[in-house]
Amino acid sequence: MNSQTLYTITVFSENQVGLLNQISIIFNRRRLNVETLSVSPSAIAGIHKFTITVYSDRDTIEKVVKQIDKRVDIIKAYFNTDDELVHQEIALFKVDTQKLLDSGSVEEMIRRYNIRILEMTENCVVFEKTGHYAETQELFKELSQTVGVLQFIRSGRIAITKSKVERLSDMLATIEEKCKQDCK
Amino acid sequence: MKEKITGSHALMQSLIAEGVDTIFGYPGGQIMPTFDALFDYAKEINHILVRHEQGAVHAAEGYARVSGRVGVALVTSGPGATNAITGIADAMLDSTPLVVIAGQVPTTSLGTDAFQETDLVGITQPLTKWSYQIRTADEVAWAIARAFFIAQTGRPGPVVLDFTKDAQINMVDFHHEKCRFVRSYQPVPDTDPDTVWQAAAIINAAQKPLALVGQGVTLGKAEKEVMEFLEKAQIPAAETLLGLSALPSDYPLNMGMLGMHGNLAPNLKTNECDVLIAIGMRFNERVTGDLTKYARQAKIIHFDIDISELGKNVKPDVGVAGDVKQTIPAVTALLNTARHDEWIAGFKPLAEKEYETVIKNETMPQSGEIRMGEVVQLISDATRHDAVLVTDVGQNQMISARYFKFKHPNSMVTSGGLGTMGFGLPAAIGAKVGAPERTVCLFMGDGGFQMTVEELGTVMQSQIGIKMIVLNNSRLGMVRQWQQLFWKERYSFTTMMNPDFVLLGKAYGIDSRRVQTREELPGAIAEMLKDDRPYLLIVDVETEGMVYPMTPGGTAVDNVLLG
Repeated sequence: MNSQTLYTITVFSENQVGLLNQISIIFNRRRLNVETLSVSPSAIAGIHKFTITVYSDRDTIEKVVKQIDKRVDIIKAYFNTDDELVHQEIALFKVDTQKLLDSGSVEEMIRRYNIRILEMTENCVVFEKTGHYAETQELFKELSQTVGVLQFIRSGRIAITKSKVERLSDMLATIEEKCKQDCK
Repeated sequence: MKEKITGSHALMQSLIAEGVDTIFGYPGGQIMPTFDALFDYAKEINHILVRHEQGAVHAAEGYARVSGRVGVALVTSGPGATNAITGIADAMLDSTPLVVIAGQVPTTSLGTDAFQETDLVGITQPLTKWSYQIRTADEVAWAIARAFFIAQTGRPGPVVLDFTKDAQINMVDFHHEKCRFVRSYQPVPDTDPDTVWQAAAIINAAQKPLALVGQGVTLGKAEKEVMEFLEKAQIPAAETLLGLSALPSDYPLNMGMLGMHGNLAPNLKTNECDVLIAIGMRFNERVTGDLTKYARQAKIIHFDIDISELGKNVKPDVGVAGDVKQTIPAVTALLNTARHDEWIAGFKPLAEKEYETVIKNETMPQSGEIRMGEVVQLISDATRHDAVLVTDVGQNQMISARYFKFKHPNSMVTSGGLGTMGFGLPAAIGAKVGAPERTVCLFMGDGGFQMTVEELGTVMQSQIGIKMIVLNNSRLGMVRQWQQLFWKERYSFTTMMNPDFVLLGKAYGIDSRRVQTREELPGAIAEMLKDDRPYLLIVDVETEGMVYPMTPGGTAVDNVLLG
């Protein structure tokens, strides 16, 4: 798996029931394992945005993205590699309050990892760390080795392209123009 | 103000607004309100009652393939819907425009494992262009309009509408408006003018061009445009299985059929040409064989309406996205008139070799058991090559594809992509309904015939005048052929004990006859074709017949066995 590249696939779709299934079966056919998935309404009302990461090779990912793009309810699908993106994941960590206090290195660690504290009770402290996978993973490793992690959760990747082209808005403008012509 | 109507009546009126006059269907619990409405539209809509839902969908496919219109099937929920799945998958792989409407339990029962509930939208998403659940009567007109637009535009395909019972019953202010645009769906991709220039430049420089004609040409109604293209630069062409009949069989530039059991010359010349021009075909592995040994010497130009096909199997040097009805003439305009006499003449010795080693013995044997090829050739001749050919799957399919001849487009109905045994009989029913003025000849094996044999009931009830020919070898012939060639003659479960097919046909009131000798054959064929009534002709053919030429699966396209 690691000899392959991590690709980020971005999909814009109509807000219809069953879209996630339509997309996931295309990965399923080729036995591609989805690494992360994040779905939310996009900046444009009525359009949903999927961000999917998957390890694969360029040839396969090109074909898969074309097959996703072909689905009737999909507005646009494209893929990028990490160097073309600004991307983030968010992670939450729950640790035991007493063990944390006993460790004696709380301030240093919070500064070093740029941690936010979301909650603190007699029982537990909840940290939030936003960053790349490697960064949240490093914190997880350190906490596990020092105070122990009671619960851990990491979100799917969210990403924004660095390029000059704004694919969705350009595309929608073209589509609206086409609609005017077709419906004449 | 207009009176409100039920969702079921709205469905009927929407179908009529979309030009539907024929439905293949089977009633059941959750689709009863719609069948009740259908009762009121007997004048406008001809409903053909099939005997199994798979038959309804294959019949709709046959109808669509000969008429160029959208085929419509109407079935109930649960088992009715799951029985339809094979036909839906078949239509997806062969790009056949269908709208399949299935009943569904009331919305209040969805997700409760109610009686005859299945998640039809979930099941059919990988097998359809679009599948949608209609949950309110208000959505009916919109969903039907959208379904017909999606099914027949761009690369056609099946659409499933899962019609909940309450949406069928509830009342609605009906208003139907045709769909001409779906924001997220571009039926015909934009053609990059550079690709048209590049394609023309490559073809103009070609010494040994070869064109591959697929079903996209027929679906795009671009037969004339393709022939003008071929003629201007004198490009020899070959057809895929589904491309058959796009060019007349006797067209001088038509060099025959591609693929595993195709003609020798075009398969060998694929690995000799310098430019390979694929038009509306998808480089299926039954055509290409081993991709690493396929046309490596050639520059490849691929015309297709579906951009996900460009580069999927074969990486083209130039991919021309768009409708071949537009892109081919655009390239033709840039072509120099050319001749490739020597190159074209090179096909002839190979055709002669195939004739001497395979075709002569198959179509004009002097002794021995009846051969499949001679039956097909006699019937094609007797219909003056004017009939519609429908096939089942297996040896009967390959032999009839090889020896039946065509004069007109939309004359070949077969299950190419999915290879569905049992496709033939119901598809022929649909083909005859879609082209009642034409003779429809259906070739089946004894195996495939028995997979959907219940549709003889449909033939009887609706008096569908199809000519059914069973090439009976009491074997699953194609599998038996592979066992002989590749599985050390271990004939594992490929021998069939069959009923008396003539008695069976007669039980359905269908004129039926069995032929066991060569001498009886012409008389029996004449009797079959003397009128437009249904006829069942059982021909006992050699039990160990083989289909040659053959390119064994997974080997190079030019690795052709001749027997």
